[in-house]
Formats: sequence, structure tokens, C-alpha cells
Amino acid sequence: MELVVGNQGFLEFISQPWHWAVGGAAIALVLFLLNWMGHSFGVSSTFRTVCAMAGAGKKIPFFNMDVKADAWRTTFVIGILLGGLIAGNFLRSPEAVQISQSTVDYLSTLGIAYPASDAKGLGYVPTDLFNFGNVKGVLMAIVGGFLVGFGARYAGGCTSGHAITGLSHLQLPSLLTVIGFFIGGILMTWFIFPFLMRL
Amino acid sequence: MKNIPFLIVGIFFGIVLTKSEVISWFRIHEMFRFESIHMYGVIGTAVALGVIIIGIMKRYRTLDFSPTPLSVRRHLISGSIFGLGWALAGSCPGPMYTLLGSGYWIFLLIILSAIAGTYTYGLLRDKLPH
Repeated sequence: MELVVGNQGFLEFISQPWHWAVGGAAIALVLFLLNWMGHSFGVSSTFRTVCAMAGAGKKIPFFNMDVKADAWRTTFVIGILLGGLIAGNFLRSPEAVQISQSTVDYLSTLGIAYPASDAKGLGYVPTDLFNFGNVKGVLMAIVGGFLVGFGARYAGGCTSGHAITGLSHLQLPSLLTVIGFFIGGILMTWFIFPFLMRL
Repeated sequence: MKNIPFLIVGIFFGIVLTKSEVISWFRIHEMFRFESIHMYGVIGTAVALGVIIIGIMKRYRTLDFSPTPLSVRRHLISGSIFGLGWALAGSCPGPMYTLLGSGYWIFLLIILSAIAGTYTYGLLRDKLPH
């Protein structure tokens, strides 16, 4: 594998799935860059900003915030969207995500075929379930998104704000929050999700 | 215009989340089933390097960081609520935006729901234990 072999080679090179250590280091670089530019790393606050932009601050003081002061974060999130567009269309991996065989076998018992259930063949989303024609999937999407938005603001941050930023600052509240992430995640994955799938 | 650097870092972050497969619903399921090191490796590496980066940066400048006051009850409850959603939707906020960008339109609904969840938190804030 050669690192520098012209444009085509470089694109192919970064289009491979990245090793977890490379992914982790790249996230740490994002943490560094944002702090270097004078801001902290966090994504979920943008949901609050959207509420504020929509005028929720008139009724609820929590949304009475300076939207302009948060413009850097809104711009950052638009970038994330564009990054997804670029990576999903131009830096596609040759194969679907290599999920462990035990997870694949287990999910098949719930009726989720991997990776065939991703209509795009990327192994990112079980689109058999999460599509607008599947009532159960639509309900799961609504409830899942709602819990993420509610929980993140109640916690004061999401994975980027607590698990990456907070833990990097050696914050006990962030560690407790991350433990909470796993309590909820394990409950959902091991008990609630299989129950819902078998309904 | 002064925010363009943030746009570029955001684009980079979206690519990172995609290529490190953090955006995969299946990776999140696998993580909560403890069947692969992948997600632990990504987050573990990011935090290990993050501790060093923040530790060094703190010596030279005041960082933008507002600590959350310690409340065991609040953190465990709120974290668990977030975790339930993270496992069900198979994505946290960063990947939600990334997947929408990748053309998974269902994430538009998921993001709108997350905004509704945030709004509901704001509405109930005074009644919740903090």
C-alpha cells in the first residue's frame, strides 16, 4: 500500500475503511482544531439552536439564547452534512462495513439481514427497517431521535460533548453520563429492541 | 465568512465519521453487544489522545469549556435516556447529520425528532431532577 501515488491513488487510499486507531486519532484532531479555534467540541447543542431560531425562546427561557454566537457551530454542522455527502458518494468503501459475524448472526434471528438490508449496500443503516414505508421503523426513528435529543440536552451534551470533550477534560459528570449511555444502550440492545422486533 | 474554517473542520469530521464507520447502525449495535473492539477502539483512541491534547492546551490558554455541575442522579438518568435513543436509532447527533448528507433521508425525520426532544426538554426543564 503506497501512501503517495498521485490523485487517483490517494482517493483509493482514503476510500478504504479506516482502522479504528486512525478514526480515533482523526476525531482527536477535530477536538484539537475546534479548541485551537477557540471553541469546544459538541454537536447536539445545534438542536437547541434550531429551536431558538424557530422562536422557542419567546415562550421558554431555555431557548432564549444568542443564536449568532453559536453560528460557528451551525456552520460546523453544515460541514458535517457536506462531509457525509462527499464521503458517502465519492469516498465509498469497496465493501460494506465488516461487522462481526456474531452480531450478523444474532441480527438475522431478528429478521435483519446484513448487509443486504442496507439499500445502498454500505452497511450503514438497515433500510429494510428504517424507511418511510415501514411503520415500525418510522416509529423507531421518531422515538430514537426524540430520546437522543431529549437525553443529550438533559445531560448537557452527547457523545462529542461528554464522551470525547468531557472525558478529555477528566470530568466526573461526563464519566457518569457515559456510564448512563451504556445503561440505556444495553437495555435497548439486549431487551427492548429484540422485544420490539419480535412484536 | 469568518466561520469558513469551521465548515472545513465539519466536512473533515463528516468524512471521519463515515470512514471510521461510526455512522453505521450495525457498529453501534455491535458495540452494545460487546462483539467487536471497533467502537471502543475509536472512542478510546480519541479520548486517550484528547486527554493529552487538552492537558497540554490548558497550560497555554484558557479553553472554552463550561463544566456540568456534578449530579449523579441527573447524569445517570439523562445518560440512560440518551443511550436508549443512541441504540435504537443507531446514531448519535454527529452521525445523524452525516447520514442525512449521505442521502439516508429517514435521518431528516430522526433529526426533526431530536429537535422535538430537545424542545420537550426545554419545556419540562424545571420539573426534572438536576
